[in-house]
Amino acid sequence: MPAVSKGDGMRGLAVFISDIRNCKSKEAEIKRINKELANIRSKFKGDKALDGYSKKKYVCKLLFIFLLGHDIDFGHMEAVNLLSSNRYTEKQIGYLFISVLVNSNSELIRLINNAIKNDLASRNPTFMGLALHCIANVGSREMAEAFAGEIPKILVAGDTMDSVKQSAALCLLRLYRTSPDLVPMGDWTSRVVHLLNDQHLGVVTAATSLITTLAQKNPEEFKTSVSLAVSRLSRIVTSASTDLQDYTYYFVPAPWLSVKLLRLLQCYPPPEDPAVRGRLTECLETILNKAQEPPKSKKVQHSNAKNAVLFEAISLIIHHDSEPNLLVRACNQLGQFLQHRETNLRYLALESMCTLASSEFSHEAVKTHIETVINALKTERDVSVRQRAVDLLYAMCDRSNAQQIVAEMLNYLETADYSIREEIVLKVAILAEKYAVDYTWYVDTILNLIRIAGDYVSEEVWYRVIQIVINRDDVQGYAAKTVFEALQAPACHENLVKVGGYILGEFGNLIAGDPRSSPLIQFNLLHSKFHLCSVPTRALLLSTYIKFVNLFPEIKTTIQDVLRSDSQLKNADVELQQRAVEYLRLSTIASTDILATVLEEMPPFPERESSILAKLKKKKGPGTVTDLEEIKKERSSDMNGSAEPASVNASAVSTPSPSADLLGLGAAPITNSAPPPSSSGSLLVDVFSDSASAVAPLAPGSDDNFASPDLASSEVVSEEPADTVHDADELFHKFVCKNNGVLFENQLLQIGLKSEFRQNLGRMFIFYGNKTSTQFLNFTPTVICSDDLQSSLNLQTKPVDPTVDGGAQVQQVVNIECVSDFMEAPILNIQFRYGGTFQNLSVKLPITLNKFFQPTEMSSQDFFQRWKQLSNPKQEVQNIFKAKHPMDAEITKAKIIGFGSALLEEVDPNPANFVGAGIIHTKTTQIGCLLRLEPNLQAQMYRLTLRTSKEAVSQRLCELLSEQF
Amino acid sequence: MINAILVFNNHGKPRLVRFYQHLAEEAQQQIIRDTFHLVLKRDDHICNFLECGSLFGGSDYKLIYRHYATLYFVFCVDSSESELGILDLIQVFVETLDKCFENVCELDLIFHMDKVHHILQEMVIGGMVLETNMNEIVAQVEAQGKLEKAEGGLSAAPSRAVSAVKNINLPEIPRNINIGDINIKVPNLSQFM
Repeated sequence: MPAVSKGDGMRGLAVFISDIRNCKSKEAEIKRINKELANIRSKFKGDKALDGYSKKKYVCKLLFIFLLGHDIDFGHMEAVNLLSSNRYTEKQIGYLFISVLVNSNSELIRLINNAIKNDLASRNPTFMGLALHCIANVGSREMAEAFAGEIPKILVAGDTMDSVKQSAALCLLRLYRTSPDLVPMGDWTSRVVHLLNDQHLGVVTAATSLITTLAQKNPEEFKTSVSLAVSRLSRIVTSASTDLQDYTYYFVPAPWLSVKLLRLLQCYPPPEDPAVRGRLTECLETILNKAQEPPKSKKVQHSNAKNAVLFEAISLIIHHDSEPNLLVRACNQLGQFLQHRETNLRYLALESMCTLASSEFSHEAVKTHIETVINALKTERDVSVRQRAVDLLYAMCDRSNAQQIVAEMLNYLETADYSIREEIVLKVAILAEKYAVDYTWYVDTILNLIRIAGDYVSEEVWYRVIQIVINRDDVQGYAAKTVFEALQAPACHENLVKVGGYILGEFGNLIAGDPRSSPLIQFNLLHSKFHLCSVPTRALLLSTYIKFVNLFPEIKTTIQDVLRSDSQLKNADVELQQRAVEYLRLSTIASTDILATVLEEMPPFPERESSILAKLKKKKGPGTVTDLEEIKKERSSDMNGSAEPASVNASAVSTPSPSADLLGLGAAPITNSAPPPSSSGSLLVDVFSDSASAVAPLAPGSDDNFASPDLASSEVVSEEPADTVHDADELFHKFVCKNNGVLFENQLLQIGLKSEFRQNLGRMFIFYGNKTSTQFLNFTPTVICSDDLQSSLNLQTKPVDPTVDGGAQVQQVVNIECVSDFMEAPILNIQFRYGGTFQNLSVKLPITLNKFFQPTEMSSQDFFQRWKQLSNPKQEVQNIFKAKHPMDAEITKAKIIGFGSALLEEVDPNPANFVGAGIIHTKTTQIGCLLRLEPNLQAQMYRLTLRTSKEAVSQRLCELLSEQF
Repeated sequence: MINAILVFNNHGKPRLVRFYQHLAEEAQQQIIRDTFHLVLKRDDHICNFLECGSLFGGSDYKLIYRHYATLYFVFCVDSSESELGILDLIQVFVETLDKCFENVCELDLIFHMDKVHHILQEMVIGGMVLETNMNEIVAQVEAQGKLEKAEGGLSAAPSRAVSAVKNINLPEIPRNINIGDINIKVPNLSQFM
């Protein structure tokens, strides 16, 4: 029996709780609660003023009722009244109620804010604490408006108590999270950084959390925190376990703070100052060494705390990705954990290794653990751990081990938990495609996938296999043969029937020579599945049949008989009936030539981002997948030597090569700037768009070559919501170093650009292509400049015809004059009516300051003389950044030239560096610019320095150019 | 950031619920139920972390939990928190409860809900960790206790009343206690894993 003298209690509350606990049924409980609610309501509404104690009691009861899962819609006002009580206990319960049952009633919020304001001003640390906790817990915008200015002052004031400082730091952090725009940066920021030196470790912990979040958004402002964090960390790591007294947790000195400091350091690249860097490396080595020491306690808490720090240190090592020695040690340590007896550690080791796998230095080291990971997949009892093992296998996959990994994943899939099957299917499909050296292997893998986990194979997966088979002639015969064989199975998944139907319809002729798979046998095989399939699959099969009529005239009558049967011609489903009627008619009246044209083999699909990858990204949330993919893609394109980014200065017209990365991972594809002919255009659109039109390549029911207008319009209803600026930044940045190409593309519209610049003048041709077969009406493109921009950039546009016919392209000319240097880019807004819907979209127009560059050649001596002349700190802007693309010197050179400056060879004493020079021409002035780019291959970083006579120009050019590498 | 702290017993009855993001009552109850079902089917020797899918509307969240005798302590956190760190934090929370209630048991959480909230408040505010040093937390809680006592008068009598109620009106309490598993007794239970 617990001691009963713990704090005070309230008799009425205890009785009520026991009543509830004695209730025999849910109904009795609800009855009792309703009775109590009525009682409290009447007490609150009653004439008699309640004393603080009663209010407190009732509020507690309400909290209890809330905990049981009943909505509480009153009592807020009483709680607010408690806030202004002078009794601590009443105030406390009032604040508790408000933070648990937040209410957005604005009148109430005003009263609450008032009470908080009084408590903050009370200088009573206990009351201040309560008020700050409430702000942090509620964190609403109204509160941010009221207190975001006040809290930094409390935080950095010299006389604030430690406990209040802690609360204030977290309170500010919460407000910054919910309303970053309302938290002004200012003088206080530098003083906050110095809190890292505070005596009180609790204050340091809270400050570290705050600084970590602030530094993510404002790295420059909090740069100085790095050295302070390193020295703090170093003091903790090297301290004896007793030095930090209360902050030592099971013999580990301040583990929580160490973790937070290591997180803070992950906001920054490795420290530049060699002393700081050395000290940090020492810290990390010490942490790694400690892992090998015998434990100071057998308690799990000890190893937990120690490993929490260790894992965070490893994350930092991986984040810095610059010390091969540390990376290898980290990898070995994780390798040990992979076989640790504690499940938690195995889980975390798998998770960390996933990120490690994308580091160049350790990818190979990670790969050595493949057997352990595969074993984990087979033997782990915990699905969370198995899931991590799948992720890691995916991350460590490359050409060398793809076959093994895919095979293991397929193996696992047979017994995998239902919750993760779909994800595994997507991963297998992606890996099989990405690392397919031999496309027969790819086809086998996907068919296996359908066989093992057909229900989890989403449409994206089977669309994709069809896209690939159609685009690659070398695999078509094999695919036809394999699906034919797979279809022999007595029970096969409907997805297989779809793939089989599609592929045989296109390429059945390739295996028709073999008497075992003669046209009639193929047809009978498919038709034997027909009656077991759902309507969409049957519709697809009907299309296959009509394609057979063209491929195999000898079985035309058999097919016509099937189409003519009552079950087809009089089918209750309209779509099936219509197809049967029209196909039958088509096969009867059309001549062989017409049939051959109409039913021609599908044209290759344009390369674009794999729909499967898009799906996986959606499933896993952006970020996680993308980063990994991007990195891997760069690596793989390196290996293949297929210098994809060579599009610098290339002309707009480049047809997608079928051998390019099949996943189409790069940005949007550059297709012909002339819109494709309407029929095939919309056919393609159909296939790539969503579900309903999946079977549309042959969708009948329309007169203009199957591209039915209703179909087209129905699928675009879900087009982008109006008024979003298409911040296709990536595309925008591509134009910084080139003048021609595709600026924007969606299912309706393609916008191409061609531009030329001379001195401070330029001309841009914008091409708008209507990709649909329907007219665009009221087509109005407008170029919008902000007020600032208007004064520095003169743009003249000619209006365009308000009607754009289906498949047509119109052109608009923009004349450009640069008056003075500028920062932003103009916005191109386009509005038009398409079908019944109003379309509105905006893209940034890539008119950037560097377009007005004239290259200047100069000797090494001249260059450095001028470089020195521009030594005023305001004239120089420097940026250090991580390489986003493979660091290829030739590509870099091309980009610098594309950027507009001259590339000066043999000027920099270090031949690995690049220097450039040029003059920006504006109407008012000419601005000389010098630039220097220093790659650091080992760290995969660049340092870019710009010196110009004007600060804003240096700044802007630096921004623009940094995005290019 | 910690998104939610949930404590419920082996039957899924919530004993402490704290959300740090705004959610409607129904959504909160749904999350409690779903979380309970997720952790219930896991035996005690597998990993203490689990992905909660779309429970909180994003894939970035994880559930980190520990099971002590009759109670589950579940923290839902995003990727900015260290998993092992949160496990430690749960331990600190339970040890602190144990100190403040002298051998804490499930009943303490029921009858002293407000106090449990106040203890939690000294550790976590707005989803962020305020203090991890147990002695510091206990000191703060004791300071509160003193304030309450100083405000005196009304607290003494009800406190006696509670003890009377707890002993007399609730025949089921001794029964539960006799089973012996309701006590959380931290020292015995650190053998998670």
